[in-house]
Amino acid sequence: MPTSVIAAAFDVVKIREDFPVLRQFIHGKPLVYLDSAATAQKPTAVVDAIRHFHEVDCANIHRGVHELSQRSTAAYEETRAKAKQFLNASNVNEVIFVRGATEGINLVSNSWGRKNVKEGDEIVISAMEHHSNIVPWQMLCEEKGAKLRVIPMNDRGELILEQYEKLLNPRTRMVAFTHVSNALGTINPVKEMIAMAHKAGALTLIDGAQAAPHIHVDVQDLDADFYTMSGHKVVGPTGIGVLYGKAALLNAMPPYQGGGDMIKVVTFEKTTYADLPYKFEAGTPNIAGGIGLGAAFDYLNKIGLDKIAAYEHELLVYGTEALSRIAGLRIIGTAREKAAVLSFVIEGIHPHDIGTVLDRQGIAVRTGHHCAQPVMDWFHVPATTRASLAFYNTAAEIDALAAGLGKVKEIFS
Amino acid sequence: MVDDLYQDLILDHSKRPRNSRVMADANHNAEGYNPLCGDKLKLYVKMEGDIVKDASFVGSGCAISTASASLMTESLKGKTREEALKLLDKFHDLLTTDTPVSKDLGKLVVFCGVRDYPARVKCATLAWHTLKSALEGGQEPVTTDNDA
Repeated sequence: MPTSVIAAAFDVVKIREDFPVLRQFIHGKPLVYLDSAATAQKPTAVVDAIRHFHEVDCANIHRGVHELSQRSTAAYEETRAKAKQFLNASNVNEVIFVRGATEGINLVSNSWGRKNVKEGDEIVISAMEHHSNIVPWQMLCEEKGAKLRVIPMNDRGELILEQYEKLLNPRTRMVAFTHVSNALGTINPVKEMIAMAHKAGALTLIDGAQAAPHIHVDVQDLDADFYTMSGHKVVGPTGIGVLYGKAALLNAMPPYQGGGDMIKVVTFEKTTYADLPYKFEAGTPNIAGGIGLGAAFDYLNKIGLDKIAAYEHELLVYGTEALSRIAGLRIIGTAREKAAVLSFVIEGIHPHDIGTVLDRQGIAVRTGHHCAQPVMDWFHVPATTRASLAFYNTAAEIDALAAGLGKVKEIFS
Repeated sequence: MVDDLYQDLILDHSKRPRNSRVMADANHNAEGYNPLCGDKLKLYVKMEGDIVKDASFVGSGCAISTASASLMTESLKGKTREEALKLLDKFHDLLTTDTPVSKDLGKLVVFCGVRDYPARVKCATLAWHTLKSALEGGQEPVTTDNDA
Protein backbone atom coordinates (compact mmCIF):
# COMPACT_ATOMS: atom_id res chain seq x y z
CA MET A 1 0.00 0.00 0.00
CA PRO A 2 1.26 3.52 -0.68
CA THR A 3 2.29 5.06 2.59
CA SER A 4 3.46 8.39 1.27
CA VAL A 5 2.49 11.78 2.58
CA ILE A 6 0.15 12.33 -0.36
CA ALA A 7 -1.79 9.11 0.09
CA ALA A 8 -1.99 9.66 3.84
CA ALA A 9 -3.30 13.20 3.35
CA PHE A 10 -5.89 12.10 0.82
CA ASP A 11 -8.88 10.71 2.68
CA VAL A 12 -10.14 8.26 0.06
CA VAL A 13 -12.37 6.47 2.55
CA LYS A 14 -14.28 9.67 3.16
CA ILE A 15 -14.40 10.45 -0.57
CA ARG A 16 -15.88 7.04 -1.33
CA GLU A 17 -18.80 7.90 0.94
CA ASP A 18 -19.78 10.49 -1.67
CA PHE A 19 -20.25 7.78 -4.32
CA PRO A 20 -23.22 5.55 -3.41
CA VAL A 21 -22.72 3.41 -6.50
CA LEU A 22 -19.45 2.09 -5.10
CA ARG A 23 -21.23 0.54 -2.12
CA GLN A 24 -22.51 -2.56 -3.84
CA PHE A 25 -21.68 -6.17 -4.50
CA ILE A 26 -21.33 -7.61 -7.99
CA HIS A 27 -21.66 -11.38 -8.25
CA GLY A 28 -21.22 -11.49 -4.47
CA LYS A 29 -17.99 -9.48 -4.43
CA PRO A 30 -17.49 -5.80 -3.56
CA LEU A 31 -17.57 -3.69 -6.72
CA VAL A 32 -14.11 -2.62 -7.86
CA TYR A 33 -14.79 0.04 -10.49
CA LEU A 34 -11.77 0.50 -12.75
CA ASP A 35 -13.48 1.96 -15.81
CA SER A 36 -13.50 5.68 -15.07
CA ALA A 37 -11.92 6.55 -18.41
CA ALA A 38 -15.14 5.29 -19.99
CA THR A 39 -17.31 7.17 -17.54
CA ALA A 40 -16.68 8.41 -14.04
CA GLN A 41 -19.06 7.62 -11.19
CA LYS A 42 -21.23 10.42 -9.85
CA PRO A 43 -21.07 11.85 -6.34
CA THR A 44 -24.26 12.49 -4.37
CA ALA A 45 -23.84 16.24 -4.86
CA VAL A 46 -24.29 15.82 -8.63
CA VAL A 47 -27.25 13.45 -8.28
CA ASP A 48 -28.86 15.86 -5.79
CA ALA A 49 -28.41 18.88 -8.07
CA ILE A 50 -30.17 17.07 -10.92
CA ARG A 51 -32.92 15.90 -8.60
CA HIS A 52 -33.35 19.41 -7.19
CA PHE A 53 -33.75 20.82 -10.68
CA HIS A 54 -36.45 18.29 -11.56
CA GLU A 55 -38.25 18.54 -8.24
CA VAL A 56 -38.05 22.27 -7.58
CA ASP A 57 -36.86 24.46 -10.48
CA CYS A 58 -37.85 22.61 -13.65
CA ALA A 59 -38.65 24.95 -16.53
CA ASN A 60 -37.28 25.76 -19.94
CA ILE A 61 -34.54 28.36 -19.97
CA HIS A 62 -33.89 31.75 -21.55
CA ARG A 63 -37.41 32.55 -22.71
CA GLY A 64 -39.68 32.49 -19.69
CA VAL A 65 -40.50 35.46 -17.51
CA HIS A 66 -41.86 33.27 -14.76
CA GLU A 67 -40.01 32.41 -11.59
CA LEU A 68 -39.14 28.79 -12.42
CA SER A 69 -37.72 29.73 -15.80
CA GLN A 70 -35.60 32.39 -14.21
CA ARG A 71 -34.31 29.97 -11.59
CA SER A 72 -33.45 27.27 -14.12
CA THR A 73 -31.84 29.82 -16.46
CA ALA A 74 -29.71 31.13 -13.61
CA ALA A 75 -28.64 27.64 -12.54
CA TYR A 76 -27.78 26.59 -16.11
CA GLU A 77 -25.87 29.79 -16.86
CA GLU A 78 -24.04 29.50 -13.56
CA THR A 79 -22.46 26.30 -14.92
CA ARG A 80 -21.17 28.28 -17.88
CA ALA A 81 -19.38 30.59 -15.46
CA LYS A 82 -18.02 27.56 -13.58
CA ALA A 83 -16.81 26.02 -16.84
CA LYS A 84 -15.08 29.27 -17.74
CA GLN A 85 -13.29 29.12 -14.42
CA PHE A 86 -12.57 25.37 -14.67
CA LEU A 87 -10.83 25.83 -18.03
CA ASN A 88 -9.66 29.37 -17.29
CA ALA A 89 -11.28 30.81 -20.41
CA SER A 90 -11.00 34.59 -20.65
CA ASN A 91 -14.69 35.14 -21.32
CA VAL A 92 -17.87 33.26 -20.43
CA ASN A 93 -19.06 33.63 -24.04
CA GLU A 94 -16.25 31.34 -25.14
CA VAL A 95 -17.94 28.42 -23.38
CA ILE A 96 -20.30 26.55 -25.71
CA PHE A 97 -22.40 23.76 -24.26
CA VAL A 98 -22.37 20.58 -26.34
CA ARG A 99 -23.37 16.95 -25.76
CA GLY A 100 -19.80 15.95 -25.10
CA ALA A 101 -16.29 16.12 -26.53
CA THR A 102 -17.44 14.26 -29.65
CA GLU A 103 -19.98 16.94 -30.47
CA GLY A 104 -17.42 19.63 -29.68
CA ILE A 105 -15.08 18.22 -32.32
CA ASN A 106 -17.91 17.80 -34.83
CA LEU A 107 -19.01 21.38 -34.24
CA VAL A 108 -15.56 22.69 -35.13
CA SER A 109 -14.99 20.35 -38.08
CA ASN A 110 -18.40 21.26 -39.52
CA SER A 111 -18.58 24.96 -38.77
CA TRP A 112 -14.98 26.13 -38.87
CA GLY A 113 -13.80 23.32 -41.14
CA ARG A 114 -16.33 23.62 -43.94
CA LYS A 115 -15.80 27.35 -44.11
CA ASN A 116 -12.01 27.39 -43.96
CA VAL A 117 -10.61 24.13 -45.31
CA LYS A 118 -10.03 23.98 -49.06
CA GLU A 119 -8.78 21.43 -51.54
CA GLY A 120 -5.13 20.58 -50.94
CA ASP A 121 -5.18 21.84 -47.36
CA GLU A 122 -3.93 19.59 -44.58
CA ILE A 123 -5.33 18.57 -41.22
CA VAL A 124 -2.93 17.00 -38.73
CA ILE A 125 -4.07 14.54 -36.07
CA SER A 126 -2.07 12.07 -33.98
CA ALA A 127 -1.62 8.31 -33.99
CA MET A 128 -3.24 7.97 -30.58
CA GLU A 129 -6.57 9.66 -31.30
CA HIS A 130 -9.91 8.33 -30.22
CA HIS A 131 -12.17 7.65 -33.21
CA SER A 132 -14.05 10.83 -32.29
CA ASN A 133 -11.01 12.91 -33.21
CA ILE A 134 -10.30 10.96 -36.40
CA VAL A 135 -13.60 10.43 -38.16
CA PRO A 136 -14.94 14.05 -38.19
CA TRP A 137 -11.67 15.24 -39.77
CA GLN A 138 -11.66 12.35 -42.21
CA MET A 139 -15.19 13.29 -43.28
CA LEU A 140 -14.15 16.92 -43.71
CA CYS A 141 -11.07 15.97 -45.74
CA GLU A 142 -13.14 13.70 -47.95
CA GLU A 143 -15.65 16.45 -48.63
CA LYS A 144 -13.05 19.13 -49.32
CA GLY A 145 -10.31 17.12 -50.99
CA ALA A 146 -8.00 17.94 -48.09
CA LYS A 147 -5.34 15.65 -46.71
CA LEU A 148 -5.29 14.03 -43.27
CA ARG A 149 -1.81 13.61 -41.83
CA VAL A 150 -0.88 11.70 -38.71
CA ILE A 151 1.79 12.42 -36.08
CA PRO A 152 3.46 9.06 -35.33
CA MET A 153 4.34 7.74 -31.89
CA ASN A 154 7.14 5.66 -30.43
CA ASP A 155 6.84 2.27 -28.73
CA ARG A 156 6.22 3.84 -25.34
CA GLY A 157 3.18 5.54 -26.81
CA GLU A 158 4.66 9.05 -26.97
CA LEU A 159 4.21 11.34 -29.96
CA ILE A 160 7.42 11.95 -31.91
CA LEU A 161 7.74 15.73 -31.98
CA GLU A 162 10.51 15.79 -34.60
CA GLN A 163 8.16 14.00 -36.99
CA TYR A 164 5.34 16.32 -36.02
CA GLU A 165 7.44 19.33 -36.89
CA LYS A 166 8.13 17.89 -40.33
CA LEU A 167 4.40 17.45 -40.97
CA LEU A 168 3.71 21.14 -40.42
CA ASN A 169 3.71 23.34 -43.51
CA PRO A 170 1.86 26.35 -44.96
CA ARG A 171 -1.02 24.07 -46.06
CA THR A 172 -1.64 22.89 -42.48
CA ARG A 173 -4.94 24.42 -41.36
CA MET A 174 -5.66 22.55 -38.16
CA VAL A 175 -3.80 20.36 -35.69
CA ALA A 176 -6.24 18.29 -33.62
CA PHE A 177 -4.95 15.98 -30.92
CA THR A 178 -5.70 14.59 -27.53
CA HIS A 179 -4.42 16.02 -24.28
CA VAL A 180 -4.44 12.56 -22.64
CA SER A 181 -4.78 9.27 -24.54
CA ASN A 182 -7.74 7.16 -23.44
CA ALA A 183 -6.12 3.92 -24.59
CA LEU A 184 -2.55 4.54 -23.40
CA GLY A 185 -2.72 7.20 -20.70
CA THR A 186 -0.06 9.31 -22.43
CA ILE A 187 -0.10 12.99 -21.44
CA ASN A 188 0.96 14.97 -24.49
CA PRO A 189 3.14 18.11 -24.31
CA VAL A 190 0.16 20.21 -25.33
CA LYS A 191 1.61 23.66 -24.80
CA GLU A 192 4.70 22.94 -26.85
CA MET A 193 2.69 21.27 -29.61
CA ILE A 194 0.25 24.18 -29.81
CA ALA A 195 3.14 26.63 -30.10
CA MET A 196 4.59 24.57 -32.94
CA ALA A 197 1.26 24.57 -34.77
CA HIS A 198 0.86 28.33 -34.33
CA LYS A 199 4.35 28.91 -35.67
CA ALA A 200 3.27 27.13 -38.83
CA GLY A 201 0.12 29.26 -38.99
CA ALA A 202 -2.27 26.44 -38.06
CA LEU A 203 -5.07 26.39 -35.50
CA THR A 204 -5.38 23.77 -32.77
CA LEU A 205 -8.16 21.71 -31.25
CA ILE A 206 -7.41 19.77 -28.10
CA ASP A 207 -9.53 16.78 -27.12
CA GLY A 208 -9.61 17.16 -23.36
CA ALA A 209 -12.08 14.34 -22.59
CA GLN A 210 -9.49 12.34 -20.65
CA ALA A 211 -7.47 15.26 -19.32
CA ALA A 212 -10.17 17.35 -17.69
CA PRO A 213 -10.85 14.87 -14.85
CA HIS A 214 -7.18 14.56 -13.93
CA ILE A 215 -5.21 17.66 -14.88
CA HIS A 216 -5.69 21.33 -14.15
CA VAL A 217 -6.46 22.77 -17.60
CA ASP A 218 -5.68 26.41 -18.44
CA VAL A 219 -6.71 27.13 -22.02
CA GLN A 220 -5.13 30.59 -21.95
CA ASP A 221 -1.80 29.32 -20.74
CA LEU A 222 -1.91 26.52 -23.33
CA ASP A 223 -3.02 29.06 -25.95
CA ALA A 224 -5.47 26.46 -27.30
CA ASP A 225 -7.75 27.70 -30.07
CA PHE A 226 -10.38 25.07 -29.28
CA TYR A 227 -10.57 22.76 -26.27
CA THR A 228 -13.35 20.28 -25.69
CA MET A 229 -14.40 18.04 -22.81
CA SER A 230 -17.21 15.72 -21.69
CA GLY A 231 -19.17 16.23 -18.48
CA HIS A 232 -19.54 12.55 -17.67
CA LYS A 233 -15.78 12.02 -17.42
CA VAL A 234 -15.53 14.72 -14.74
CA VAL A 235 -18.09 13.04 -12.43
CA GLY A 236 -20.92 14.93 -14.13
CA PRO A 237 -23.86 13.50 -16.08
CA THR A 238 -23.79 12.14 -19.63
CA GLY A 239 -25.05 14.22 -22.56
CA ILE A 240 -23.40 17.48 -21.58
CA GLY A 241 -19.96 18.82 -22.33
CA VAL A 242 -18.09 21.98 -23.15
CA LEU A 243 -16.42 23.36 -26.22
CA TYR A 244 -14.08 26.25 -25.52
CA GLY A 245 -13.10 28.41 -28.47
CA LYS A 246 -11.35 31.75 -28.76
CA ALA A 247 -14.05 34.40 -29.18
CA ALA A 248 -12.60 35.81 -32.42
CA LEU A 249 -12.67 32.37 -34.01
CA LEU A 250 -16.17 31.51 -32.78
CA ASN A 251 -17.51 34.87 -33.94
CA ALA A 252 -16.22 34.28 -37.45
CA MET A 253 -17.74 30.79 -37.65
CA PRO A 254 -21.20 30.04 -39.08
CA PRO A 255 -23.77 28.34 -36.81
CA TYR A 256 -23.54 24.57 -36.45
CA GLN A 257 -27.26 23.86 -36.20
CA GLY A 258 -30.30 26.04 -36.77
CA GLY A 259 -33.27 26.32 -34.46
CA GLY A 260 -34.64 28.11 -31.46
CA ASP A 261 -32.38 30.00 -29.06
CA MET A 262 -29.66 30.63 -31.67
CA ILE A 263 -31.42 33.53 -33.37
CA LYS A 264 -32.04 37.23 -32.93
CA VAL A 265 -34.67 37.81 -35.59
CA VAL A 266 -36.33 35.31 -37.90
CA THR A 267 -38.36 36.16 -40.99
CA PHE A 268 -38.98 33.94 -43.99
CA GLU A 269 -36.50 36.05 -45.92
CA LYS A 270 -33.64 36.17 -43.47
CA THR A 271 -32.49 35.15 -40.00
CA THR A 272 -30.08 37.10 -37.84
CA TYR A 273 -28.10 34.85 -35.55
CA ALA A 274 -27.66 35.28 -31.85
CA ASP A 275 -24.36 36.37 -30.35
CA LEU A 276 -21.96 34.01 -28.62
CA PRO A 277 -22.40 31.57 -27.05
CA TYR A 278 -26.05 31.07 -28.10
CA LYS A 279 -25.27 31.10 -31.81
CA PHE A 280 -24.05 27.52 -31.36
CA GLU A 281 -26.78 26.32 -29.01
CA ALA A 282 -29.90 25.61 -31.07
CA GLY A 283 -32.87 24.07 -29.33
CA THR A 284 -33.64 23.31 -25.71
CA PRO A 285 -30.37 22.06 -24.28
CA ASN A 286 -29.66 19.41 -21.65
CA ILE A 287 -30.62 21.73 -18.80
CA ALA A 288 -30.53 19.10 -16.07
CA GLY A 289 -27.20 17.87 -17.38
CA GLY A 290 -25.79 21.38 -17.39
CA ILE A 291 -26.86 21.93 -13.80
CA GLY A 292 -25.41 18.55 -12.80
CA LEU A 293 -22.15 19.49 -14.50
CA GLY A 294 -22.01 22.65 -12.39
CA ALA A 295 -22.24 20.52 -9.26
CA ALA A 296 -19.48 18.29 -10.64
CA PHE A 297 -17.15 21.27 -11.13
CA ASP A 298 -17.89 22.39 -7.57
CA TYR A 299 -17.18 18.91 -6.27
CA LEU A 300 -13.83 18.57 -8.04
CA ASN A 301 -12.81 22.10 -7.04
CA LYS A 302 -13.59 21.33 -3.42
CA ILE A 303 -11.18 18.39 -3.44
CA GLY A 304 -8.69 20.17 -5.70
CA LEU A 305 -7.48 18.89 -9.06
CA ASP A 306 -3.85 19.11 -7.98
CA LYS A 307 -4.52 16.81 -5.04
CA ILE A 308 -6.49 14.48 -7.30
CA ALA A 309 -3.62 14.36 -9.81
CA ALA A 310 -1.03 13.65 -7.11
CA TYR A 311 -3.08 10.86 -5.53
CA GLU A 312 -3.90 9.27 -8.88
CA HIS A 313 -0.24 9.34 -9.82
CA GLU A 314 0.57 7.34 -6.70
CA LEU A 315 -2.11 4.82 -7.63
CA LEU A 316 -0.64 4.61 -11.11
CA VAL A 317 2.85 3.91 -9.78
CA TYR A 318 1.48 1.31 -7.37
CA GLY A 319 -0.64 -0.29 -10.09
CA THR A 320 2.19 -0.35 -12.61
CA GLU A 321 4.39 -2.18 -10.11
CA ALA A 322 1.63 -4.62 -9.17
CA LEU A 323 0.90 -5.52 -12.79
CA SER A 324 4.57 -5.71 -13.73
CA ARG A 325 4.98 -8.59 -11.29
CA ILE A 326 2.51 -10.73 -13.27
CA ALA A 327 4.36 -13.07 -15.65
CA GLY A 328 3.34 -12.77 -19.30
CA LEU A 329 1.65 -9.39 -18.77
CA ARG A 330 2.70 -6.49 -20.97
CA ILE A 331 1.60 -2.93 -20.28
CA ILE A 332 0.62 -1.10 -23.47
CA GLY A 333 1.51 2.56 -23.10
CA THR A 334 4.51 3.36 -20.95
CA ALA A 335 4.89 7.07 -21.62
CA ARG A 336 7.05 9.00 -19.18
CA GLU A 337 4.20 11.47 -18.68
CA LYS A 338 1.15 9.37 -18.02
CA ALA A 339 -2.32 9.56 -16.48
CA ALA A 340 -3.75 6.74 -14.39
CA VAL A 341 -4.58 4.32 -17.20
CA LEU A 342 -3.27 0.76 -17.18
CA SER A 343 -3.81 -0.86 -20.56
CA PHE A 344 -2.33 -4.34 -20.86
CA VAL A 345 -2.28 -7.68 -22.62
CA ILE A 346 -1.52 -11.12 -21.22
CA GLU A 347 0.16 -13.59 -23.51
CA GLY A 348 -2.25 -16.20 -24.84
CA ILE A 349 -5.34 -14.83 -23.10
CA HIS A 350 -7.87 -12.69 -24.95
CA PRO A 351 -8.94 -9.44 -23.24
CA HIS A 352 -12.60 -10.38 -23.40
CA ASP A 353 -11.96 -13.54 -21.44
CA ILE A 354 -9.97 -11.51 -18.93
CA GLY A 355 -12.84 -9.01 -18.66
CA THR A 356 -15.46 -11.68 -18.09
CA VAL A 357 -13.48 -13.50 -15.40
CA LEU A 358 -12.70 -10.20 -13.64
CA ASP A 359 -16.36 -9.17 -13.79
CA ARG A 360 -17.34 -12.34 -11.96
CA GLN A 361 -15.02 -11.18 -9.20
CA GLY A 362 -16.74 -7.80 -9.06
CA ILE A 363 -13.99 -6.01 -10.99
CA ALA A 364 -15.13 -3.70 -13.81
CA VAL A 365 -12.51 -3.10 -16.50
CA ARG A 366 -12.83 -2.21 -20.16
CA THR A 367 -11.80 -4.65 -22.85
CA GLY A 368 -11.57 -4.08 -26.56
CA HIS A 369 -10.06 -1.45 -28.81
CA HIS A 370 -11.24 1.52 -26.68
CA CYS A 371 -12.44 3.32 -29.82
CA ALA A 372 -8.81 3.64 -30.86
CA GLN A 373 -8.32 0.90 -33.45
CA PRO A 374 -5.26 2.59 -35.03
CA VAL A 375 -3.57 2.46 -31.61
CA MET A 376 -4.25 -1.27 -31.37
CA ASP A 377 -2.91 -1.80 -34.90
CA TRP A 378 0.23 0.13 -34.05
CA PHE A 379 0.96 -2.11 -31.07
CA HIS A 380 -0.05 -5.23 -33.09
CA VAL A 381 -2.73 -6.25 -30.60
CA PRO A 382 -6.40 -6.79 -31.48
CA ALA A 383 -7.52 -5.37 -28.16
CA THR A 384 -6.34 -4.68 -24.63
CA THR A 385 -7.71 -4.85 -21.13
CA ARG A 386 -7.80 -1.41 -19.57
CA ALA A 387 -7.97 -0.54 -15.89
CA SER A 388 -8.49 3.20 -15.57
CA LEU A 389 -8.23 4.76 -12.13
CA ALA A 390 -9.90 7.69 -10.47
CA PHE A 391 -9.41 9.48 -7.18
CA TYR A 392 -12.05 7.27 -5.51
CA ASN A 393 -10.04 4.12 -6.20
CA THR A 394 -7.75 2.57 -3.61
CA ALA A 395 -4.55 0.57 -3.49
CA ALA A 396 -6.61 -2.31 -2.08
CA GLU A 397 -8.62 -2.31 -5.31
CA ILE A 398 -5.42 -2.62 -7.30
CA ASP A 399 -4.52 -5.59 -5.10
CA ALA A 400 -7.94 -7.06 -5.97
CA LEU A 401 -7.19 -6.55 -9.66
CA ALA A 402 -3.85 -8.33 -9.33
CA ALA A 403 -5.49 -11.21 -7.45
CA GLY A 404 -8.23 -11.33 -10.08
CA LEU A 405 -5.65 -11.62 -12.83
CA GLY A 406 -4.14 -14.52 -10.87
CA LYS A 407 -7.49 -16.28 -11.17
CA VAL A 408 -7.60 -15.48 -14.91
CA LYS A 409 -4.24 -17.13 -15.41
CA GLU A 410 -5.33 -20.13 -13.37
CA ILE A 411 -8.28 -20.72 -15.71
CA PHE A 412 -6.55 -20.14 -19.02
CA SER A 413 -3.08 -21.55 -18.64
CA MET B 1 -19.57 -18.87 -11.11
CA VAL B 2 -17.45 -18.26 -14.17
CA ASP B 3 -16.81 -22.01 -14.53
CA ASP B 4 -20.34 -22.33 -16.00
CA LEU B 5 -19.07 -20.36 -18.97
CA TYR B 6 -15.56 -21.70 -19.29
CA GLN B 7 -16.33 -25.40 -19.12
CA ASP B 8 -13.45 -27.81 -19.61
CA LEU B 9 -14.47 -28.71 -23.16
CA ILE B 10 -14.48 -25.01 -24.13
CA LEU B 11 -11.10 -24.42 -22.54
CA ASP B 12 -9.72 -27.51 -24.27
CA HIS B 13 -10.93 -26.37 -27.69
CA SER B 14 -9.74 -22.80 -27.13
CA LYS B 15 -6.25 -23.92 -26.19
CA ARG B 16 -6.05 -26.68 -28.82
CA PRO B 17 -8.46 -25.71 -31.55
CA ARG B 18 -9.36 -28.51 -33.98
CA ASN B 19 -9.47 -27.88 -37.73
CA SER B 20 -7.49 -24.68 -37.35
CA ARG B 21 -5.84 -24.51 -40.76
CA VAL B 22 -6.11 -22.98 -44.21
CA MET B 23 -7.87 -25.31 -46.64
CA ALA B 24 -6.50 -24.90 -50.15
CA ASP B 25 -9.24 -26.88 -51.90
CA ALA B 26 -12.24 -25.38 -50.09
CA ASN B 27 -15.07 -24.47 -52.42
CA HIS B 28 -16.83 -22.15 -49.98
CA ASN B 29 -15.22 -19.64 -47.71
CA ALA B 30 -16.11 -16.46 -45.87
CA GLU B 31 -14.68 -13.98 -43.43
CA GLY B 32 -16.26 -12.98 -40.16
CA TYR B 33 -15.48 -9.98 -38.01
CA ASN B 34 -16.73 -8.86 -34.64
CA PRO B 35 -16.22 -5.09 -34.57
CA LEU B 36 -16.88 -5.01 -30.85
CA CYS B 37 -13.74 -6.90 -29.91
CA GLY B 38 -11.77 -7.16 -33.13
CA ASP B 39 -12.14 -10.93 -33.43
CA LYS B 40 -11.47 -12.12 -36.96
CA LEU B 41 -12.18 -15.45 -38.52
CA LYS B 42 -11.77 -17.02 -41.94
CA LEU B 43 -13.84 -20.11 -42.53
CA TYR B 44 -13.24 -22.79 -45.19
CA VAL B 45 -15.86 -25.32 -46.23
CA LYS B 46 -15.52 -28.13 -48.73
CA MET B 47 -18.86 -29.32 -50.06
CA GLU B 48 -19.31 -32.51 -52.03
CA GLY B 49 -22.72 -32.19 -53.58
CA ASP B 50 -24.96 -31.26 -50.71
CA ILE B 51 -22.71 -32.67 -47.98
CA VAL B 52 -20.11 -30.84 -45.89
CA LYS B 53 -17.02 -32.92 -46.49
CA ASP B 54 -14.62 -30.77 -44.50
CA ALA B 55 -14.54 -27.49 -42.58
CA SER B 56 -11.68 -25.49 -41.09
CA PHE B 57 -10.88 -22.00 -39.88
CA VAL B 58 -8.08 -19.56 -39.10
CA GLY B 59 -8.32 -16.38 -37.09
CA SER B 60 -7.79 -14.70 -33.79
CA GLY B 61 -10.29 -14.41 -31.04
CA CYS B 62 -11.23 -15.02 -27.44
CA ALA B 63 -11.62 -18.44 -25.85
CA ILE B 64 -15.35 -18.52 -26.57
CA SER B 65 -15.08 -17.62 -30.24
CA THR B 66 -12.13 -19.95 -30.86
CA ALA B 67 -13.78 -22.89 -29.10
CA SER B 68 -17.02 -22.18 -30.94
CA ALA B 69 -15.27 -22.24 -34.33
CA SER B 70 -13.42 -25.40 -33.37
CA LEU B 71 -16.49 -27.29 -32.18
CA MET B 72 -18.55 -26.01 -35.09
CA THR B 73 -16.14 -27.32 -37.70
CA GLU B 74 -16.17 -30.70 -35.95
CA SER B 75 -19.92 -30.88 -35.84
CA LEU B 76 -20.46 -29.86 -39.46
CA LYS B 77 -18.71 -32.74 -41.15
CA GLY B 78 -21.12 -35.10 -42.86
CA LYS B 79 -24.08 -32.77 -42.51
CA THR B 80 -26.16 -31.60 -45.44
CA ARG B 81 -26.32 -27.92 -46.15
CA GLU B 82 -29.86 -27.80 -44.79
CA GLU B 83 -28.89 -29.68 -41.63
CA ALA B 84 -25.99 -27.29 -41.08
CA LEU B 85 -28.23 -24.24 -41.34
CA LYS B 86 -30.79 -25.83 -39.00
CA LEU B 87 -28.03 -26.46 -36.50
CA LEU B 88 -27.17 -22.77 -36.67
CA ASP B 89 -30.73 -21.87 -35.67
CA LYS B 90 -30.68 -24.34 -32.81
CA PHE B 91 -27.31 -23.06 -31.62
CA HIS B 92 -28.59 -19.49 -31.73
CA ASP B 93 -31.66 -20.52 -29.70
CA LEU B 94 -29.39 -22.20 -27.17
CA LEU B 95 -27.55 -18.93 -26.59
CA THR B 96 -30.42 -16.47 -26.66
CA THR B 97 -33.61 -18.19 -25.53
CA ASP B 98 -34.91 -20.40 -22.77
CA THR B 99 -36.21 -23.06 -25.14
CA PRO B 100 -35.38 -26.64 -24.15
CA VAL B 101 -31.99 -27.77 -25.37
CA SER B 102 -32.16 -29.65 -28.68
CA LYS B 103 -30.58 -33.09 -28.72
CA ASP B 104 -29.20 -32.39 -32.19
CA LEU B 105 -26.69 -29.96 -30.70
CA GLY B 106 -24.54 -32.75 -29.27
CA LYS B 107 -21.30 -31.39 -27.81
CA LEU B 108 -22.36 -27.83 -28.69
CA VAL B 109 -24.55 -27.87 -25.59
CA VAL B 110 -21.38 -26.93 -23.72
CA PHE B 111 -22.07 -23.32 -24.78
CA CYS B 112 -25.32 -23.14 -22.79
CA GLY B 113 -23.55 -21.06 -20.13
CA VAL B 114 -23.13 -18.21 -22.62
CA ARG B 115 -26.84 -17.46 -22.15
CA ASP B 116 -26.00 -15.86 -18.80
CA TYR B 117 -23.35 -13.62 -20.38
CA PRO B 118 -25.21 -11.50 -22.95
CA ALA B 119 -22.07 -9.56 -23.78
CA ARG B 120 -20.44 -12.78 -24.95
CA VAL B 121 -23.17 -14.12 -27.25
CA LYS B 122 -21.52 -12.52 -30.27
CA CYS B 123 -18.26 -14.28 -29.49
CA ALA B 124 -19.99 -17.66 -29.68
CA THR B 125 -21.98 -16.88 -32.82
CA LEU B 126 -19.22 -15.35 -34.95
CA ALA B 127 -18.21 -18.68 -36.52
CA TRP B 128 -21.83 -19.58 -37.23
CA HIS B 129 -22.63 -16.26 -38.88
CA THR B 130 -19.57 -16.79 -41.01
CA LEU B 131 -20.77 -20.28 -41.90
CA LYS B 132 -24.07 -18.92 -43.12
CA SER B 133 -22.23 -16.43 -45.27
CA ALA B 134 -19.94 -19.14 -46.66
CA LEU B 135 -22.83 -21.44 -47.55
CA GLU B 136 -24.75 -18.59 -49.14
CA GLY B 137 -21.68 -17.59 -51.11
CA GLY B 138 -21.34 -14.09 -49.63
CA GLN B 139 -18.27 -12.12 -50.59
CA GLU B 140 -18.51 -9.30 -48.04
CA PRO B 141 -17.09 -10.12 -44.59
CA VAL B 142 -19.97 -10.68 -42.18
CA THR B 143 -20.07 -8.86 -38.89
CA THR B 144 -21.92 -9.72 -35.72
CA ASP B 145 -23.41 -6.24 -35.62
CA ASN B 146 -26.99 -7.28 -36.08
CA ASP B 147 -26.94 -10.01 -33.50
CA ALA B 148 -29.34 -9.93 -30.57
